[in-house]
Amino acid sequence: MTSQISRRHVLQGTAAGAAMLPVRMAFAADTVVGFIYVGSRDDYGYNQAHAVGAAALKKMPGIKVVEEEKVPETEAVEKSMESMINLDGTTLLFPTSYGYFSPHVLKTANKYPKVRFEHAGGLWTDKDPKNVGSYFGYIDEAQHVAGIVAGATSKTGKLGFVAAKPIPQLLRNVNAFMLGAKLANPNATLQVIFTGDWSMPVKEAEATNSLIDAGVDVVTCHVDGPKTVMENAARRGAMISSYHVNAAPLAPEAHLTGAEWNWEVLYPRFVKMFTSGENIPNFYRGGLKEELVKVAPYGPKVSEAARKQADDIKAKLAAGNYVIFKGPLKDNKGNVVIAAGVERPQTDPELEKMNYLLEGVIGATS
Amino acid sequence: MADVGWWVVPVAVLGGALRVSTPFLFVSLGECITERSGRINLGLEGILVMGAMCAYGTSYLTGSPWLGVLAAGAAGALLGLVHATVCGLPRVNDIAVGIALMLFGTGLAFYLGKPLIEPSAKILPAIDFGWWSDVPQVRAALQINVLFLIGVALAPMLVWALATTRWGMILRTVGESADAARAMGYSVNGVRARATMLGGFLGGIGGSFLSLYYPGSWNEGLSSGQGITAVALVIFARWNPMLCFWASLLFGGAAALGPALQSIGVNQGYYLFNAAPYILTLVIMILTCSPKRTLIGAPAELSITK
Amino acid sequence: MKADVRPRTHDKSKWLPLPYPSGEGKGGGLRLAGAAEYVVIPSLALVAALAAFGIFVALFGKDSAALYLYMYQGAFGTWFSWQNTLSRAAPLILTALCTALPAQLGLVIIGGEGAFLVGALAATSAALALSSAPPVVVQLAMALAGMAAGGVWIAFSGALQHYRGVNETISSLLLVYIALAVLNQLVEGPMRDPSSLNKPSTHEIGAANMIGTIPGLDVHWGLAFGIIAAVLAYILIFQTVFGFAARVAGGNVRAAKVVGLGVGRLILITCFLAGAAAGLAGMVEVAAVQGRTNANLAAGYGFTGILVSFLASHNPLAIIPVAVLLGGINASGGLLQRRLGLPDASVLVLQGMIFLSVLGSETLYGRFAIFRRGG
Repeated sequence: MTSQISRRHVLQGTAAGAAMLPVRMAFAADTVVGFIYVGSRDDYGYNQAHAVGAAALKKMPGIKVVEEEKVPETEAVEKSMESMINLDGTTLLFPTSYGYFSPHVLKTANKYPKVRFEHAGGLWTDKDPKNVGSYFGYIDEAQHVAGIVAGATSKTGKLGFVAAKPIPQLLRNVNAFMLGAKLANPNATLQVIFTGDWSMPVKEAEATNSLIDAGVDVVTCHVDGPKTVMENAARRGAMISSYHVNAAPLAPEAHLTGAEWNWEVLYPRFVKMFTSGENIPNFYRGGLKEELVKVAPYGPKVSEAARKQADDIKAKLAAGNYVIFKGPLKDNKGNVVIAAGVERPQTDPELEKMNYLLEGVIGATS
Repeated sequence: MADVGWWVVPVAVLGGALRVSTPFLFVSLGECITERSGRINLGLEGILVMGAMCAYGTSYLTGSPWLGVLAAGAAGALLGLVHATVCGLPRVNDIAVGIALMLFGTGLAFYLGKPLIEPSAKILPAIDFGWWSDVPQVRAALQINVLFLIGVALAPMLVWALATTRWGMILRTVGESADAARAMGYSVNGVRARATMLGGFLGGIGGSFLSLYYPGSWNEGLSSGQGITAVALVIFARWNPMLCFWASLLFGGAAALGPALQSIGVNQGYYLFNAAPYILTLVIMILTCSPKRTLIGAPAELSITK
Repeated sequence: MKADVRPRTHDKSKWLPLPYPSGEGKGGGLRLAGAAEYVVIPSLALVAALAAFGIFVALFGKDSAALYLYMYQGAFGTWFSWQNTLSRAAPLILTALCTALPAQLGLVIIGGEGAFLVGALAATSAALALSSAPPVVVQLAMALAGMAAGGVWIAFSGALQHYRGVNETISSLLLVYIALAVLNQLVEGPMRDPSSLNKPSTHEIGAANMIGTIPGLDVHWGLAFGIIAAVLAYILIFQTVFGFAARVAGGNVRAAKVVGLGVGRLILITCFLAGAAAGLAGMVEVAAVQGRTNANLAAGYGFTGILVSFLASHNPLAIIPVAVLLGGINASGGLLQRRLGLPDASVLVLQGMIFLSVLGSETLYGRFAIFRRGG
């Protein structure tokens, strides 16, 4: 960022940190922030969560938001970004899909060093351009808490997970959910079915039905648009735990809790940092403590005891003194994946390479 | 709950066959009628999606899923009319028009359906045919929707209608020889237009099943090529409505195979299982067609047979 | 079910409006007076579709005048827009050839997407197998592998049609879904790069092996490949004996057989070439854009290519401007979303309208005296 120190414009609000950092001239005109979604903005899931964050920005004074949706992870996104930069004067970009990062965001960032690119989910290293940042939320913390609730409330002890593809970010959610469920019920099992892609409603419905046929009575998922899974599970009489977006409006009686994004807190935070000239860290991660993710309110079927247990862990996570992935942990093939005495806190890069399913999870990654 | 064994797979396949086959059934029966009149409508994919959107929207706005089904049928008939009108012009290729309609119908459905992704509409009820069993899996598999029953009744009815009624005979004549039909005084384009509209009507209803019963919500990934697969289905069912019915069941079962196998632990190669219906279609087509006896029973006026 | 004893004829002149009467001698192709018809009528259809789209959009309360302005601006308004348009047009030229070439034979092949994907897979495999060779060798190998794989894929469809009577439209489409499944299975299984964590991909082909941009343009060489391929295809079809034979067979198979043209050979070669074009497009997408193979490659270039081919009446030279037009429409889509709040599906609606309009306008050929040769 530029190191022009000018006192012409002083920030409102806390300037404690800002006073010590190089302050760029605040923008007289609107700052234009661009959002790019890989899917539909109202998919009741991943993209919608980002759009809710973008909507929070629209309420901020001096900020203009431009959005494009259904942009595929090809050259098209490079052109979209360039179009936003050249034609709209965008200076801060949020390309929100994982697959945009390499090579598209990196290429475009090298071409436009003065524009800031904040990418959701990418793994920035210091070989990457400095005007790129990657951020993500440890939503597995929320899934962990949701797992506790699910394990405590399930009558059969069998939980189900409809998954898209076996990538590390997803497997982390599965495993965190399992560990949470085991805290409430050490004999709980979690069955995973992979549909193969991020948005396949018929396959997701079939997977949900297969899980329930196999005896599952609490269903959660990690797909781009969870609505199909949630509605089909509720129709079969199972309980649901939502993901990405709170699904309680779809089936209030069956809804237990859920893991949600909290982008509407993060994005204003980023924008304020950006407009005040403060450096946004290139690698930004956070969980419940940094308020990047949240746990949905508990539904009517969640017992007092379950709520207490979940709240207890939630508080510990928010305070930052609880480790989900600590050894000894075995995968479901019997190998030790985290040795005894080893603790992997959320920021541990080993977790970003997760490729196993823990003991108690029924399913295979390939 | 009793631990389930491998038998859960055939039950799931049966359930899938009953659930997933219904859109295939309606679309293929509709396309059967259209193709019997000598025209091929590849735009059914667009009609399917448009029907799904209209059904969901109507059900949401009026609270009645059955009105939604009717609306879907009407939308399908309208798009069928578009298809028929453009194809009725001389020198126009019906395959190309079908592809155009596919684009247009899908685009229009996505465009208009944007506000419908979030809300929940009232869906169609199901009849419990498994009341005799106290195994939950069997009961779930035998939850049959009324539309499926209508489709089941429709298939033999169509066979009868095509063979014995005057309407059926006119349809087949137009499909076998346009000149003969003209000589008898029938408007070839008029008959084809009506056949295409009827095909579109049924195709739209097939789409309504997707959004109003299973999977039971509207979003842009709802159809994964079911419309196109249904057209292929008609060909290897030899334009016979009863065979369309059995082929639809086969497809529905094949679609359910992948997740069912995963649920009992067979995890390898689930992409290839996802492609099972398409591989199945191709294999069956290879086995049953031959250059000399090709397309026996094909309406002679159908452009793909000429 | 009666046996079909009538002679099989392919009376395609009735429904594939090739821009020349079937069976014309050499030099057939673009005679000036006749050619004007093939430009004016589709252009009028295009204008009609754009007008209809403007009305459609106005029904939803959007400003139609602004619509046209933004469409122009986003597609052709600035140098940046032009490059956006051209880079989107590049793959379309090649995938359109996948439909245009078999169309000369009267075959309707819509499997370009499948050939594209297997071409990409083959190209990546070649690059990974030859990773220590100099870049020129690797790129050549990638191109050949891509073309071979794509060619075989579509030739299979053609073979099924000729030897087993399986309808090529449907078989080529089914092969698309199968290609997609194979791609996903390989990319997430045997070919997976373990470090491609959250986006399963193959290993990268290496920055040295990537194809760059055309000097002076921000568009990769795929555009040049496409234009060259289109010109070669035109020459093949309209200036060679092979092409003549293909067109005769496309007009009347029985006559072709009587004259002794090997129809089977024609079908296989033409389909192979068609698939090779789409396979080359797949290779270019890997080598110039993605650098590896993953599910992102299935971006619908093959399907849009079908549209381009039909709109260009399957004429390889006409494919070039039509591809640019469609590239422009897609390029302006982003601007329409941002300025007018139109959903991305509007581009699909417009494409559908243009297609329907151009198809409907085909009925106008031959009706207007000004276009008739000799007065």
